[in-house]
Amino acid sequence: MSDAAVGSAGSAGGEESLPRPKETLRRLVQGDLASLRVVIGLALIWAIFQFENDRFLSAQNLTNLMLQIAATGLISIGVVYVLLLGEIDLSVGAVSGLAAAVMAVLNVKHGWNPYLAIAAAVAVGMAIGVLQGSLFSRFVVPSFVVTLAGLLAWQGALLQVLGSTGSINLTDPKITGLANTFYSDTVGWIFTAIVVGGYGAVLFLGHRRRLGAGLDSESLAGIGVRFALVAVVTIGATLVFNSDRGVPLAVLILLAFVVGMEYVVKRTGFGRHVFAVGGNAEAARRAGIRVNGIRIAVFGIAGTMAAIGGIMAASRLLAVNQNSGGNELLLLAIAGPVIAGTSLFGGRGSVWTALMGALVIGSISNGMDLLALSSAVKFMVTGGVLLLAVLVDAVARQQRQGSGRV
Amino acid sequence: MTDSPILELRGVSKSFGAVQALYKVDFHVAPGEVMSLVGDNGAGKSTMVKTIAGIHAADEGTIRFDGQEVSISKPQDATGLGIATVYQDLALCDNLDVVANLFLGREEVSPGFGTASRQLDETRMEHQTGELLSNLAVTIPSLRSEVGTLSGGQRQQVAVARSLLGEPKVVLLDEPTAALGVAQTAQVLNLIRRLRERELGVVVISHNLVDVFEVADRIFVLRLGKAAGEFAAESTTEEHVVSAITGVGSGERKKDESAAADPVDEGEKQ
Repeated sequence: MSDAAVGSAGSAGGEESLPRPKETLRRLVQGDLASLRVVIGLALIWAIFQFENDRFLSAQNLTNLMLQIAATGLISIGVVYVLLLGEIDLSVGAVSGLAAAVMAVLNVKHGWNPYLAIAAAVAVGMAIGVLQGSLFSRFVVPSFVVTLAGLLAWQGALLQVLGSTGSINLTDPKITGLANTFYSDTVGWIFTAIVVGGYGAVLFLGHRRRLGAGLDSESLAGIGVRFALVAVVTIGATLVFNSDRGVPLAVLILLAFVVGMEYVVKRTGFGRHVFAVGGNAEAARRAGIRVNGIRIAVFGIAGTMAAIGGIMAASRLLAVNQNSGGNELLLLAIAGPVIAGTSLFGGRGSVWTALMGALVIGSISNGMDLLALSSAVKFMVTGGVLLLAVLVDAVARQQRQGSGRV
Repeated sequence: MTDSPILELRGVSKSFGAVQALYKVDFHVAPGEVMSLVGDNGAGKSTMVKTIAGIHAADEGTIRFDGQEVSISKPQDATGLGIATVYQDLALCDNLDVVANLFLGREEVSPGFGTASRQLDETRMEHQTGELLSNLAVTIPSLRSEVGTLSGGQRQQVAVARSLLGEPKVVLLDEPTAALGVAQTAQVLNLIRRLRERELGVVVISHNLVDVFEVADRIFVLRLGKAAGEFAAESTTEEHVVSAITGVGSGERKKDESAAADPVDEGEKQ
């Protein structure tokens, strides 16, 4: 209905109502360009590594890459929620390790049913997140400090749970299958059809609904382009997977969580309130939103996703040990979404950045492994990319403030 | 003011420790009337608004709403009665678009199972936003623009429009034209006139007497927590109001004090 609002312009409205094309351009530059930026960056990275080593873009390596990023990507989904609040959760790495250890001990040492062990591990992650969120919101301690304490404490808990052996090998096929199951070509194409068809239906029905309510909607051509892009990427991915071992279950799990959690954050009242609290907590409070409830729920989600990511990592490694959830996992899980455009300052971002960021970081790491570069170089390059992304975020924020947007 | 008042304060006092912020203030606003509340810094304007809005409960005195005596002790009491307040800091989320801000905290959801998983009904919200804003003749480039991209005047208008979603009967506006340019101020004043056309009781706090005279029907002056005069905007001059605000002016002071007793008539005599 924005046209009607523009049409009925008041006497003094002329000088500040922007013409629509300019507005569209601004949205493209400051909104969608963030994702375009990542796609271009990723294409560059892939081109460079492919140029250096022609095995980089092979079906086998791309499948490996997807398997490598599944765990980090899952953890990053929870991190995105926390970043949207303008907070940070430094404990996700440690929580992922602890949850994996809980699952391993229950399943291997106590002989629990694998699904029950997984459920218990997820529950542990959720409980930890809720606890940290409650401490943070109840006592108004910076989330940085609460979760830093968590990082240490849960690492200790991991060692405690693992006990004297320090390492537990996973043998249950239900658990190891999470990261090591590949579907046949036919099943892969069925999934592809579901994804592409579902996306098309959502686009088309949304378009019909807006037109039906008398609102202006994107042109059919624009919708067609978006649909075509998604279809090409999905079908291309399936072709790549099928020419190697097939579509991996881990990738489907990651994708399902990304889509589901993106739906929650963009399409539900809860998600809207997460953005509101991240944008202006005081405004959210005055609008009647239970700000602390939102904060606790978001940290609960971060803990839950950390646990799920930890389980995936353990499944891929076929073991849980004292290093699970340690090393650079935490930093990469936070760096990913930021690299892909979720703001550190809160209120801006999307769950897709968890996937895209993990892809960027995973590609750099995977490519440098192929080139047999040392860890020293890998860390420095990844650090440089993160710094670059944060600077871009900060500059974008300054520009928004410069033009009166905060 | 032939209409019976929608909101009426009688003998309302409020003190914070030793500081008497409001002392026996009588105040009323009728439907379809713009009442301007003026006074120097520390005169008690904010306290009075906060008392009406339920942020501070009054120490003594009565508040009547729509003829009924009511007690307003928390913000929900005020909103429940139909008193909407637009504070100076607007309380908008700059990262959300106009529609999202308007419906913040009372989003429309599509029917379905589960409360948490229900989809926001964006179409319906956008439709309603469009209707409301075009009724108010508010000009926004796109309902999907982030509020942070809007000008100060547009933000103010969005904040006022949001307060109307709860179908209030009285709207309190705290310094709605502060820090706005000339054109934007004109937009906001137009919007205030439209609120009057909708038969709302409007209370506007302002420092800017030019704006006050532009839009107000009556002007209520507070000085040091006490009513220092009430004037009909049509029949008084800026000078009179200023002297009531400052308490300066030899003969004025006496007139003002008698004005408090029989305010409008006194204003008209002057």
